[in-house]
Amino acid sequence: MTTWEIVVGLEIHAQLATRSKIFSASSTAFGAAPNSQASAVDIALPGVLPVLNKAAVEYAIRFGLAVGADIPPRSVFARKNYFYPDLPKGYQISQMDDPIVQGGRVTIVTEQGDKQVRLTRAHLEEDAGKSLHGDYPGTTGIDLNRAGTPLLEIVSEPELRGAAEAVAYARTVHGLVTWLGICDGNMQEGSFRCDANVSVRPMGSETFGTRCEIKNLNSFRFLERAILFEAQRQIELLEDGGRVRQETRLYDADRDETRTMRSKEDAFDYRYFPDPDLLPVVVDDAWKAKIAASMPELPQAMRARWVEQYGLSAYDAGILTSNRVMAEYFEALVQVVGGTGAAKLCANWMMGELLAALNRYELPFSANPVTVDRLAQLIQRVQDGTLSGKLGKTVFDALWQNEGEVDAIIEARGLRQVSDSTALAVVLDEVLAAFPTQVADYRAGKEKMLGFLMGQAMKLSGGRANPQQLNDMLLKKLQS
Amino acid sequence: MMTETGITEVGLAGLSRMLAKRQVSSVELTQEFLRRITQWNPLINAFITVDQERSLADARLADTLLASGKGSLLTGIPLAHKDIFCADGWLTTCGSKMLSNFVAPYDAHVVGLCKAAGMVLLGKTNMDEFAMGSSNETSYYGAVKNPWDIAAVPGGSSGGSAAAVAARLTPVATGTDTGGSIRQPAAMTGITGLKPTYGVVSRYGMIAFASSLDQAGPMARSAHDCALLMNVMAGHDARDSTSLQRPAEDYTRTLDQPLAGFRIGLPREFFAEGLGSEVAAAIESALAVLRGLGAKTVDISLPNSALSIPAYYVLAPAEASANLSRFDGVRYGYRAPDYVDLDDMYEKTRAQGFGDEVRRRIMIGTYVLSHGYYDAYYVKAQQVRRLIAQDFARAFDECDVILGPTTPETAFDFGSKSDDPVAMYLSDIYTIAVNLAGLPGMSVPSGFDGRGRPIGLQLIGNYFSEARLLGVAHQYQQVTDWHARVPTLVREGVSA
Repeated sequence: MTTWEIVVGLEIHAQLATRSKIFSASSTAFGAAPNSQASAVDIALPGVLPVLNKAAVEYAIRFGLAVGADIPPRSVFARKNYFYPDLPKGYQISQMDDPIVQGGRVTIVTEQGDKQVRLTRAHLEEDAGKSLHGDYPGTTGIDLNRAGTPLLEIVSEPELRGAAEAVAYARTVHGLVTWLGICDGNMQEGSFRCDANVSVRPMGSETFGTRCEIKNLNSFRFLERAILFEAQRQIELLEDGGRVRQETRLYDADRDETRTMRSKEDAFDYRYFPDPDLLPVVVDDAWKAKIAASMPELPQAMRARWVEQYGLSAYDAGILTSNRVMAEYFEALVQVVGGTGAAKLCANWMMGELLAALNRYELPFSANPVTVDRLAQLIQRVQDGTLSGKLGKTVFDALWQNEGEVDAIIEARGLRQVSDSTALAVVLDEVLAAFPTQVADYRAGKEKMLGFLMGQAMKLSGGRANPQQLNDMLLKKLQS
Repeated sequence: MMTETGITEVGLAGLSRMLAKRQVSSVELTQEFLRRITQWNPLINAFITVDQERSLADARLADTLLASGKGSLLTGIPLAHKDIFCADGWLTTCGSKMLSNFVAPYDAHVVGLCKAAGMVLLGKTNMDEFAMGSSNETSYYGAVKNPWDIAAVPGGSSGGSAAAVAARLTPVATGTDTGGSIRQPAAMTGITGLKPTYGVVSRYGMIAFASSLDQAGPMARSAHDCALLMNVMAGHDARDSTSLQRPAEDYTRTLDQPLAGFRIGLPREFFAEGLGSEVAAAIESALAVLRGLGAKTVDISLPNSALSIPAYYVLAPAEASANLSRFDGVRYGYRAPDYVDLDDMYEKTRAQGFGDEVRRRIMIGTYVLSHGYYDAYYVKAQQVRRLIAQDFARAFDECDVILGPTTPETAFDFGSKSDDPVAMYLSDIYTIAVNLAGLPGMSVPSGFDGRGRPIGLQLIGNYFSEARLLGVAHQYQQVTDWHARVPTLVREGVSA
């Protein structure tokens, strides 16, 4: 039986977070009344002309520098011709032969270690408007607010192997574009969406199988589901002796399947040619240097520094630098907690509790309800023995529920760890008196009775007893 | 003293002085031209839209400005805009059924500049549909008649503006020139027209035909008037990315410069087979006049000029095929009344809304950009374009200005070429290379053929040499009167 390899290349459309559109002065803000942000240029009145938004070019350069790509001295806008009601000019201004970003690579963190994914290119283009089907019985509404919104289309080589790598790559690029401040990353609003080119081939094969492109995947979960479904569909087709037809497909989240949108035979001839209304974009070294100087420390550099400076594992550092808000949170947390070893403790709390909770509720890091100061205080209370690790987790849950400051929660819930030996002695005496048989068994050599007695003592203390101290005192009493 | 009816023969500078001295008001001037439009436009068909109330309101405003001393040089002077320019509140059709219901909600940059200068808009002039034509026969609004002979075409695509100036329906007009659309009708109607260097006049608000070639310019009775209108039209506009950032210049500054020692280049390719004998004779006479003014002539060559028509008819339709995609019936303009679905709506709207020539060029453009043909046509044509520009660059090492005929022959009869696109395209054989190279070019009246149809000579200059071209034309017009002749047909009421 053949083992199949899934091959994926992604085209990511990242909406650039410029205030105005790529070729007009209209606002790019999301959610305004239909067509209230559509100027004469956006609706393509006769005679209007595009004027390039320099900020969009800077954002593209920022991305290119961050992925180590070539930014050619001259790039060209081209017209991509097709008719659709939400495409007012009848062509989209995009880039074809000479994109602004060429090559580059992105490092993704996988359970098996790091992987370099090469980029083919990233180019600037304008978004189309929206067709509103269903809102107007018998006809279609057109909202051109989105028309002309700047997009950076980031194209990877087909180097991703399977859905998990594709998602890891998409998350890394998402982390990077938000890190750079060039995209708000809001997937619900369509600011970051993926097209996946999926093919399969027998493991070890050098040639690619026929690919299908799945359009417009606007969540990581859909991306994963769509690739898994599509790969399985292709494998079954091939195993049944069939052939994969090259086509464009849509993912239907409700039915969790992909289906044909158009076949290769129906593919448009976009008749690209250089847009005579726009001059070539000229980028000189001075401009690149100026942009480079304004860039924040990049996640890869930060990750390496944390491994070096904090002794974090490459994996942990990779996860914690996958998003700028999280990375900044971590650095702030380490600062506030302070002292040697703080970084590792902070990493453990963030990875073990905070990220786990965010994942459980499918929340982005930006929705994290636990402030740096509160988590730092919690970690300090564990460090100073006020809380056991276990009680700490209880406090964390309270912080997640936003129940207030750490010390107040400890007091209100009576969670303070008991380290008072008089109090612990009272508890132990009570337990020894209550379970004479088990005490005798222990003394007769049944060492596992120690765990039982510890459990009883911890239970009697309401879980608050300092476990190390309790253990030490119990041993002493049993030996006496 | 000039009689009131003779005012149509006064140049812009003279009108400006009369307005300033309150010898005539802008309202009176406007009324006179509106009267002539009412009288002659039914025959000439130079205007698509005239709105007397609107024009008179402009004139009253101009008179107020003049009275308060706030007017500029051209304040109160009427003009006409080719219907390719969007003018706020005006029907702007581009000569097409597709835009037969389109009232522009904004001013083109050129329209805004003329308005800001206090000029009075008389109306929008007829043109070949979407500026695609050399005879004005492709207009949805019917052909413009040549005021010199109503059996003859006025040239195109700016035939309405040319005929309106020639028939004294306006002192001055704007035109646009993609392959000769200012110069060729100027030659055929005996007026003076200038196509500036590409990028000197903003294209914002000018409905695009072929974006890399389109350029607006003045059409008037004299080089002096063209220079004065250029002073208003030219200048950088941030809304047009191809608009050039250059210091403002006064296009009249070298009008009086003598031509002694001036080198006029005569491209042998422009005097070869295909040039009509009467046109050739008129150009020879003009050269004699210019030599008399001290100019020297040198023989030059533009070896690739024969390639300009094929290159143009790849590049211009390619750009047009995309530029005209926005006319889809979705947001404005004509929409077919009956359709079954979206594709049907597109197909019927565009089949019904565009005329034959426009559809032909969209198809040519779509074809040359198609997968598998792009390199053979579009890329090759761009290479030819560079060769043509290099020809001119070499030529300007040897001469200051290039001179030749504007057209191979004088205005032809209606219908004589309308079924033969290639014959029609050849009518722009001397003008097209100038657009491909982005250079400035002019047509200057230089005689008449045996049937009394005007002949134009073409001046081609190096980049940004408009003032120099205007100077040569002006010097020539100081010693000739071809430009001052009035068509017999419309002479009534004109003191010639």
